[in-house]
Amino acid sequence: MTVPAYNFAYLDEQTKRMIRRAILKAIAIPGYQVPFASREMPMPYGWGTGGVQVTASILGPNDVLKVIDQGSDDTTNAVSIRKFFVKTAGVQTTTATQEATVIQTRHRVPETPLTENQVLVYQVPIPEPLRFLEPRETETRRMHALSEYGLIHVKLYEDIARHGHISTAYAYPVQVDARYVMDPSPIPKFDNPKLSDCPALQLFGAGREKRIYAIPPYTQVVSLDFEDHPFEPYRHDASCELCGARDSYLDEVITDDRGTRMFVCSDSDYCETRRADGHGPSAEEAKVAS
Amino acid sequence: MYVAVKGGERAIENAHALLADIRRGDRDVPELTLAQIDNQLALGVDRVMCEGSLYDRELAALAIKQARGDLIEAVFLLRAYRTTLPRFGNSEPIETAQMDVRRRISATFKDLPGGQVLGPTFDYTHRLLDHTLVTESDVPAAPTAPVGETRFRSVAELLGEDGLIEREEPAGDEVGDLTREPLSFPAGRDLRLQNLARGDEGFLLALGYSTQRGYGRNHPFAGEIRFGEVEIEFFAEEVGFAVPLGAIAVTECQMVNQFTGGGEEAPRFTRGYGFAFGQCERKTMAMALVDRALRARELGETTGSPAQDEEFVLSHSDNVQATGFVEHLKLPHYVDFQAELGLLRKLRAEFSANAEPTDAPVQDAAE
Repeated sequence: MTVPAYNFAYLDEQTKRMIRRAILKAIAIPGYQVPFASREMPMPYGWGTGGVQVTASILGPNDVLKVIDQGSDDTTNAVSIRKFFVKTAGVQTTTATQEATVIQTRHRVPETPLTENQVLVYQVPIPEPLRFLEPRETETRRMHALSEYGLIHVKLYEDIARHGHISTAYAYPVQVDARYVMDPSPIPKFDNPKLSDCPALQLFGAGREKRIYAIPPYTQVVSLDFEDHPFEPYRHDASCELCGARDSYLDEVITDDRGTRMFVCSDSDYCETRRADGHGPSAEEAKVAS
Repeated sequence: MYVAVKGGERAIENAHALLADIRRGDRDVPELTLAQIDNQLALGVDRVMCEGSLYDRELAALAIKQARGDLIEAVFLLRAYRTTLPRFGNSEPIETAQMDVRRRISATFKDLPGGQVLGPTFDYTHRLLDHTLVTESDVPAAPTAPVGETRFRSVAELLGEDGLIEREEPAGDEVGDLTREPLSFPAGRDLRLQNLARGDEGFLLALGYSTQRGYGRNHPFAGEIRFGEVEIEFFAEEVGFAVPLGAIAVTECQMVNQFTGGGEEAPRFTRGYGFAFGQCERKTMAMALVDRALRARELGETTGSPAQDEEFVLSHSDNVQATGFVEHLKLPHYVDFQAELGLLRKLRAEFSANAEPTDAPVQDAAE
């Protein structure tokens, strides 16, 4: 039996070229979902195959790769994807946001501001922001073509009518460059403002759904809202109990059987860097929810 | 002090070591060989090759062994390997009329040229557990008949002579490939059939079954099911003619369905088509039912049933895609969950602030 030999970063060069063409088209039409011939990858659909294909196509031997899931470099899926690229591409990896040239992420945007030398690759489960309003691809593509976004505004309005707020806490829809409505992937809406005017190139890959889309550097990205109900970025009532950060997204951790909770930074690199810089929990900052 | 969950890397390595260990199982039991899987679990190998879209019995057997008998996982392994292979071109269309037939039955004619060839089938067995298989059995070779030079004409071809069934014209153009181009809707019949041939047997079975129970009924008869080996030929530019690459075992099902026509056209039967690598009879029959159901609009029939909805069927037939997305729910979602939790607490706080003082106090979700 022949033992399979794999190309640099797993995908063959023809496939990479095909994906790069899709990426270029996506950059040329910000927020537009470009269909591409997604491949089976050696990890399951829904576990980041879109992001992995995008990363594999743009990665060069001199790149430094960072992979995060839920903001952390140490979650199982992040570890698995990072190891995949170490094995198939042999690239240098890092957990430090500012050292990375390519960052693949699931569900978060790093707290440390990104630079022009970086590419942020998002893993996307459902690329179509209108999908849960209209299940048919034929319909949603037509709606995008005609900029017919009334339905999504009606949905947001109904949220307000029912709950008094827009009840979308993550995967909060945005409009890119005043044209396409786009799903930012399931990042918490806390991260939405970071998408706009970002110096880094942002690429979005949906493997199972076979779509790639992009936000070029310094592109305006607006979270959908109403004049009388403006978009509210989520704010925590607590600070990180490890580094005292008040400006970062926090994970709630249950610490015992009585349901005691503590809050810690979701972005593990941000938290570690702050602690290394001498920040720590301060009594007046830390606040345990009970 | 409690530190947020760490040590993912080591935990994964340990889990993989445990998997390898448990896959091997009791060391006193001999390890399975690929030849054993290929020979004795041959229908599993067939299914994995078919849904994995790669005809290689040895690799499929390896995938089944590696996947501990989980066939969808094995399909996934094979697909992930297949996708890395270079593509030299398309073979010439195979000619199932030239098949070395091992089984060919028709439910529409009691007898027909070539006869009913039952071949290896469970169809007429009594499903009683056979305890002679518990230990190693000494199975005598099956009796064989001399091979005739019979070319089995297809039932559809026979019906076609009298114009009783619609003609299938060759597509002519380049055949699409959904593993190289993303599927878009409406899809051509070539892509539809490719999608169904790769599709999950269970999903197609349920959809086909639903058409029989009235959700998009299309009155099928199993015109013919045949299984055997066909030769694959590839047109080599260098020599200027098609060269044989080898033979593969395939199953084909031609369903004969209710008629169309009337008005300007003479009434005739319509067709549904099923095809698979190896011996996958259930799959090809279900596929033929679904293929026919998906032609409802083209044939001017009432639509609205799940099996008639191209976008619904083709978007959900792939078990590698389906299992990946369903099982990704195992991945951490605490960032999104935290966002939902925060919103829910806010809504609940507002709810209790607005509630009448006589109401029972609302418990905080965190308690």
